[in-house]
Amino acid sequence: MKQLLILSGKGGTGKTTIASAFIKLADAKAYADCDVDAPNLHLITGWNVEPEKTDYYGLPKAQINPELCIECNQCRQHCRFDAIQVEEKYKADPFACEGCGVCAYVCPVEAITLIPAVAGELMLYSDGERVFSTAQLKMGSGTSGMLVTEVKKQMKAAAVDTQLAIIDGSPGIGCPVIASLSGVDMVLIVAEPSISGISDMQRIINTAAKFGTNTAVCINKYDTNIENTEKIEGFCEKQGLPFIGRIPFDSSAVRAINNGQTVVDIDCASGTAVKELYHKAMNLLFEKGGG
Amino acid sequence: MRIAVLSGKGGTGKTLVSVNLAAIAKTSTYIDCDVEEPNGHLFFKPEGVVEEEISVKIPKVDNERCNGCRKCVDFCKFNALAYTKNKLIVFDEVCHSCGGCILVCPEKALTEKEETIGKVQKGISGEVTVWTGILHTGEASGIPIIKKLLAENNPEANKQVFIDCPPGSACIVMESIKDADYCILVAEPTLFGVHNLNMVYELVKLFNKPLGVVLNKCLEGENPSEKFCLEKDITILGRIPFDNELGTLNSNAEIVANKNEKYRELFSSLLNTVVKEVRHETTVNP
Amino acid sequence: MKIAIPVDEKTLESNVCASFGRTPYFLIYDTETKESVFIDNSAAASTGGAGIKAAQIIVDNKANVLLTPRCGENAADVLKSADIKIYKTSSGSVKDNIAAFVDGKLPLLDEIHAGFHGHGGN
Repeated sequence: MKQLLILSGKGGTGKTTIASAFIKLADAKAYADCDVDAPNLHLITGWNVEPEKTDYYGLPKAQINPELCIECNQCRQHCRFDAIQVEEKYKADPFACEGCGVCAYVCPVEAITLIPAVAGELMLYSDGERVFSTAQLKMGSGTSGMLVTEVKKQMKAAAVDTQLAIIDGSPGIGCPVIASLSGVDMVLIVAEPSISGISDMQRIINTAAKFGTNTAVCINKYDTNIENTEKIEGFCEKQGLPFIGRIPFDSSAVRAINNGQTVVDIDCASGTAVKELYHKAMNLLFEKGGG
Repeated sequence: MRIAVLSGKGGTGKTLVSVNLAAIAKTSTYIDCDVEEPNGHLFFKPEGVVEEEISVKIPKVDNERCNGCRKCVDFCKFNALAYTKNKLIVFDEVCHSCGGCILVCPEKALTEKEETIGKVQKGISGEVTVWTGILHTGEASGIPIIKKLLAENNPEANKQVFIDCPPGSACIVMESIKDADYCILVAEPTLFGVHNLNMVYELVKLFNKPLGVVLNKCLEGENPSEKFCLEKDITILGRIPFDNELGTLNSNAEIVANKNEKYRELFSSLLNTVVKEVRHETTVNP
Repeated sequence: MKIAIPVDEKTLESNVCASFGRTPYFLIYDTETKESVFIDNSAAASTGGAGIKAAQIIVDNKANVLLTPRCGENAADVLKSADIKIYKTSSGSVKDNIAAFVDGKLPLLDEIHAGFHGHGGN
């Protein structure tokens, strides 16, 4: 099964818009939303069944037993994450706590234990033919990387015999993005032709390169700035990165999404461009294993 | 007053709003906490930039003192240590810098060294002090950089500090809004936009921060984010229309409020509303 | 000599697991006594650094070589430090791969991937 991951660096460039269209065009039997922080794919993939839900446990959190605590302050002094608060009694802040165990170690009266903590929820939609794996990170949580790994694992375990899996990624270059890059055959970067978009695109390309992932680039809303579009195309040529398409800005696209449809469900300029982009992406993915 | 600008969804206009408000406010400070993909500096083009590296503490071992007891390997919750053939190996990128291994070592064989994960830049653009946090690519977490950015910026009472936050609602966003006096949520009129607005609204409420919403890229017709605000009785601070000219200027990293009268007025008026709102909220709910 | 292999199930007919760090079990096979021992991989449940922990398990079980389809850079560092050689498995069952190794048909694993810095695994 070949995995295609869609990333962008910058937020709001159109990852989910494109991912959902690809899923529709491919009639994909396995797909996942790895933007566990702010998942959106489920809003336009139209599943009628309830997903199977599983609690996701991240790092354990420290818990201080007020009855044993002698307020010696050792825990607060040693905590590197400013996670011990004192308001009437000593308490561990579950948002700041990283589950390192140092406070429990230094406590002279064993008043601190590490408790498993639910950091999110995994969801698996399946109907015997297709599977859709997604998750929602509890707000303020860390360890999103591990949850992303669980989303992909869940998809692979449930996936019916299929050749293609499409993965909608998250913005940024940090831990959830790094986790989503693992084991994918190709990354499609959706760039936006703005100065910010170019800067962010370079950083995500850099990140993907560190992990040796085959990368291709496309531009969304290209006609909002032709000059920058050309800059991006020039950059790709210089770096030897396959540039596989440009999609025009299209208000019909927004309307489609707001109606819970993909851009290839209606007749519009962006839909036409995405179809072409899809074919080029598939050729690259299957022919050369991603360019 | 510290004003955090966040959105949940990416690309809604956090940087547009925070950069332009800081520019209009004249003597102000702009802090870019989106350390993974910082963009504010592209608009401000700050001068006189000074830089400071940000590092985290990573253990290093004195193999002569190490007796192979493996207490450190067993203690580490992050699996950052391994012991083979009488040698302890430390994996820097996996280490969370908790200091635990140093504490548990009975032979005092472990000490700490500093490893850089990114940097903080400070510069000036007109009357705006511009702080930028940058995480090196390949590093997993920018939290130590955000901590430094905010620690450096204890504001004088009436000076405005605008904090440009990362997208999402994970730990890195929490860190950015922790010490804010007020939160501006920027929303776009789309299905995805309102979904993520809801998420970040819950986060801001959890932190008991007063908040208001700026509706960006407003078009004709129904605005799901506006509807959400009305339903939840959330203060709408202003509306920025979807405007091709504004979009083009912004995509060329221009500060629109400095570019023409129309946008100067738009952001001036928004700033006035924000300042009034913040003053009101912080006196009513100190 | 002792051979370690990541496996999906606790039988010799099992497939070799696609992941090293997060495999559910390891098989430790002794080529002299022909004994098979299956051990649980406690590293699979880690939030990060799974490869490192899994490699430590291999070291502690005194394996001489590891047969695996892939391996991350951190895990490889641990194994190299313990002089454990890594060979690349081909598709097929565990039994087939052991036989191929004994016949000298498996290549050394050259491409060590960059690893996922404590947050990945597949």
